[in-house]
Amino acid sequence: MSLLFETAPDGIHTYFDWLLQGLGWTLSLGFSAWILALTIGTLAGAARTLKTGFWAKTAQFYVEIFRNVPLLVQMFLWFFVVPELVPEALGRAIKSMPPPWASFFPALLCLSLYTGARLAEQVRAGIEALARGQSQASAALGFETGGTYRYILLPQAFRIIIPTLTNEFMTIFKNTSVALTIGLIELTATAQAISENTFRTFEAFGVVTLIYLTIALIAWRTMRGIERALRLPGGSGDEARA
Amino acid sequence: MIISIADISKSYGAFQALKHCSATIARGEVVVICGPSGSGKSTLIKTLNGLEKIDSGRITIGGFKLTPATDDLRALRSSVGMVFQHFELFPHLSVLGNVMLAQTKVLRRPRPVAEKKARALLERVGLGGHIEKHPQQLSGGQQQRVAIARALALDPEIMLFDEPTSALDPEMVGEVLDVMTELAAGGMTMLCVTHEMGFARRVADRVFFMDNGEIVETAASAAFFDAPQTDRAQHFLSRILTH
Amino acid sequence: MMHLDFSILIDAAPYLLKGLFLTLQITLVGFLGGIFFGSLLAIARLSTNRVYSTLASVYVTVMRSLPLILVLFWVFFLAPWLLGWVKGAGRPIPVGAHMTAFITFVLFEAAFFAEIVRAGLRSVSVGQYSAADALGLSKRQTYVYVIFPQAIRNVLPILLTQTIILFQDSSLVYVISATDLLGAASKIAQRDNRLIEMYIAVGLIYFVLSFTASRLVKHLQSRLAYGRARP
Repeated sequence: MSLLFETAPDGIHTYFDWLLQGLGWTLSLGFSAWILALTIGTLAGAARTLKTGFWAKTAQFYVEIFRNVPLLVQMFLWFFVVPELVPEALGRAIKSMPPPWASFFPALLCLSLYTGARLAEQVRAGIEALARGQSQASAALGFETGGTYRYILLPQAFRIIIPTLTNEFMTIFKNTSVALTIGLIELTATAQAISENTFRTFEAFGVVTLIYLTIALIAWRTMRGIERALRLPGGSGDEARA
Repeated sequence: MIISIADISKSYGAFQALKHCSATIARGEVVVICGPSGSGKSTLIKTLNGLEKIDSGRITIGGFKLTPATDDLRALRSSVGMVFQHFELFPHLSVLGNVMLAQTKVLRRPRPVAEKKARALLERVGLGGHIEKHPQQLSGGQQQRVAIARALALDPEIMLFDEPTSALDPEMVGEVLDVMTELAAGGMTMLCVTHEMGFARRVADRVFFMDNGEIVETAASAAFFDAPQTDRAQHFLSRILTH
Repeated sequence: MMHLDFSILIDAAPYLLKGLFLTLQITLVGFLGGIFFGSLLAIARLSTNRVYSTLASVYVTVMRSLPLILVLFWVFFLAPWLLGWVKGAGRPIPVGAHMTAFITFVLFEAAFFAEIVRAGLRSVSVGQYSAADALGLSKRQTYVYVIFPQAIRNVLPILLTQTIILFQDSSLVYVISATDLLGAASKIAQRDNRLIEMYIAVGLIYFVLSFTASRLVKHLQSRLAYGRARP
């Protein structure tokens, strides 16, 4: 553990600073991607429950594509291929971004869309788990589709899927590690870097492992707190329905 | 074979399910156990095949002695068969498979022997034409009859029935009771927890009335229904017979 | 718009197939090993022996909290030392990238399959244990002939979906330079400077395989639903 306080080759920073930086990238990527993914996922998931229409089809397309290609392959596509396929001007702008942003933004887009597709399916499952009577009652009260989703279906659906959301929230932080393949010096990459510099592989990876476990624990606790806060008095009404 | 239940008690934590119960049952007797819910009826019969362990007292079934310390129950299980309220057939096996499984795995009978016996028993309970079906394709009454055949396949000396018709729709209760009646007529020693008082009156030799973990009254069946001795039994009978 | 030349795929095909072969091997090994050890872990967690159940729970929790890439690096680093210790050589013995991949995925997937099998075991009604007990079946017989067949059947779609995820995750062996499908595509992409064509192609291959597999699982799911009992 003394490793942490030794000075890095540049003479100014300690390895602890390296770890903080790596952690910083992991957390920023994780959180930003989560917020984007949640937005996209909610919209796509809701769209999937509309049986017909342009939005339903588009959402289906989106989900099928982004769920059936490995995350790493998607990373490579965003990093290597997309800049070449977009119009010249945009392509040049992307390529002129300095690292680490050149790695961060593709990683962010990639992780957001990937996670969004997974969340879409979970939101869909949550909405479909609600009795059909809910949308009928809502329509009878005069709500249009948008209102039905916003005030009736989604609030209930989210409560139902909190356990799977928790899982996904923890997964997104694990998935940030894939960004190291396109050059983002996040936590796992930092462990590699420290290990290469000091040859104390066990300590470097050991510390990073502990950090990931801590992140997982905090993420899990946070979601439990949210679940408790959102709990409805007297249960969710599922008991009556059964 | 005689069953002797000597001063048995059982508790779940603070709750005492059985309080110093004693009784004897003769070979070939049909005994119905009745009483309000929570009185310990199911617990009592489950102690007889070791599904529930007793905390104190002793049970003797034929030559087999059951004490709180008894561990190896395999020999007992072959001579005591059990039929459950919710049938508990094995959904991943066919009807034939259900009746053959314990024969081949526990009694180690050769497959042809087990199959022959299974087919015969299924014929006997009226399900010869459903041998290849799976439990989910049968009605509740049919499933329960398969369950009876499954238990009989091990040639038990005693059959225990734990509310065998309580989970059935009314029109199917009869077909199961018919099988049980035929079994009784054939001389099987039977203990049945049931609410079917008509069956009890017609088929049972004796009735045990249980309340609050105790065997409150035992009497010959006719005597029990016509003139219950204890207040609690009278109260119970008046409640359930006025439908 | 760049000029895309996909003809390179024709020459690359044999090499890509070799890579795909490794991908499928990793998937198969991960599946078999994962279910086997996962089932043991699931049973350990249900065990009344505190030591077993705690160890199993800790293992599952830790494995599910760590990035797969990190676990790959750990195995890559530790396996040679472990092998050297076991063989009494006193120094690390090199373990190839393939073996590292196999070991990692068995260890990793076991934790995920353990949770799925555990859910499967819990989906079997308690009465089934009583019924098997009453028939005189031993604990081992009960698990083998009555409980597990039902448990696995109940969660088969989830097990298969996890396997599809495993298939996709196998691409991460890139970080230990194993030549799976992605690794093969990557090598050719860099050698011939044809990144765009190769990555798009490999994306399509993964897509077609995953999509087909998940459609098959959906089909299986509808066929597995037991017929409902007649009223």
